[in-house]
Amino acid sequence: MIQLIDLHKSFEGKEVLKGIDAEFQEGITNLIIGQSGSGKTVLMRNIVGLLEPTSGEILYDGRKFRALAKKEKMILRREMGMIFQSAALFDSMTVLDNVLFPLDMFSNDTVRDRIKRARFCLDRVNLLEAQNKYPGEISGGMQKRVAIARAIALNPRYLFCDEPNSGLDPKTSLVIDALIHDITEEYKMTTIINTHDMNSVLGIGDHIIFISEGKKEWQGNKNEVITSTNEKLNDFIFASDLLRKVKDNITTHQL
Amino acid sequence: MFLIHWLDSLGKYMILMGRTFSRPERVRMYLRQYRTELSQLGIDSIGIVLLISFFIGAVICVQIKLNIQSPWMPRFVTGYTTREIMLLEFSSSIMCLILSGKVGSNIASELGTMRVTQQIDALEIMGVNSASYLILPKILGLCTMIPILVTFSIGAGIIGAYATAWFGGVLQAEDLTYGLQHDFRSWFVWASIIKSIIFAYIIASVSSYFGYTVEGGSIEVGKASTNAVVRSSILILISDLFLTQLLT
Repeated sequence: MIQLIDLHKSFEGKEVLKGIDAEFQEGITNLIIGQSGSGKTVLMRNIVGLLEPTSGEILYDGRKFRALAKKEKMILRREMGMIFQSAALFDSMTVLDNVLFPLDMFSNDTVRDRIKRARFCLDRVNLLEAQNKYPGEISGGMQKRVAIARAIALNPRYLFCDEPNSGLDPKTSLVIDALIHDITEEYKMTTIINTHDMNSVLGIGDHIIFISEGKKEWQGNKNEVITSTNEKLNDFIFASDLLRKVKDNITTHQL
Repeated sequence: MFLIHWLDSLGKYMILMGRTFSRPERVRMYLRQYRTELSQLGIDSIGIVLLISFFIGAVICVQIKLNIQSPWMPRFVTGYTTREIMLLEFSSSIMCLILSGKVGSNIASELGTMRVTQQIDALEIMGVNSASYLILPKILGLCTMIPILVTFSIGAGIIGAYATAWFGGVLQAEDLTYGLQHDFRSWFVWASIIKSIIFAYIIASVSSYFGYTVEGGSIEVGKASTNAVVRSSILILISDLFLTQLLT
């Protein structure tokens, strides 16, 4: 479980995060949603330690992240996996070498076992046949799947996904969402996904936090999103006419 | 304002070097990276070093023969001067200036691209000291290869000088040989190598700093690459002045 307690972050006097409290449970997919510029990427970068919060606390299963020494932070980071918006694969390495990288760096297993594990992870995301290709030779969706395989290679306790569906077609997005959801349940990970993809919200939103102007505006799950009366949330989720009609239909039937 | 900016950059550079020269997480991974850098930064530069040095050696020889040498000077002057120029300045300093363009821009653009495509963030999230893993092998790789490149450069320059004697008939090969051997001080070879190692450190570390600290997109990567070449060239020229005083 990851807890955020009164998290603040300012850049040159401008407050981007204004006291966020949240809890992210393990084994479910936790979504952070919000408009562009609402502060969700800054929040994610604070949680993983790429940015230092101005004040507040981040707890990883009770461990105060900010209070940890540099070396302890490095060790904790080995329990994290992250999927970046751009996949962030090492383009000088093959797909297999990308997945092998965290294993080669931190695992004490034999070479044979490390390769076996990397192949297992690639097989888990259905990409074993692309193991000898370079990131530049595969599609964006495949790159995201390789990033997932790399992120789970060390069996992380915490998985972070920064807009994993960015730049993908709706069908591929569903595949990525399903994969992240299944892996989270399978390995009982604490997964946090940063997204503004409505398919993800309504598909895998086990727990959703809505951020607006640096504050937590609403929290709930994918079923509660539809019936919520929060105006800001409704303006964001049901921005299109089509989704507004769907919401109206659902609420009319419920009445 | 300029001073504050300069001190700010110097402070950030020192912090980055502090992170760079820290204990590697997994030595075998660093060695693998070191081998890659030896090839990428050093072996891939051998061709250009040989080509430039050969022609510069030949041109220096021709210029001295035609413009400096006169009937009341000994005939070995051309060979002697060619050797001293190649050994003391061209192969160590000017060659490093040329390499700062090739290798420095390569390092800055590689690290800059890794930064903007979040590959460096990915390393940090994994718990890898990205500064050390990416920069240390580059510094060590270039510092290892530079003495070899300098030696090749001196050799190619001398062959270039002989080419003017053998094929151009500009001077007698015997006079050139005598001049090349006249009053030879082996310390100058070592001075040249010591200078080049310091220049290699400047090229690799300054270029890495500019690449590693890029913020933004492709335009900033281009700017970082240019800045890396300009700053490392200036630093090489300034330190050359001091090192020349110190070593010769």
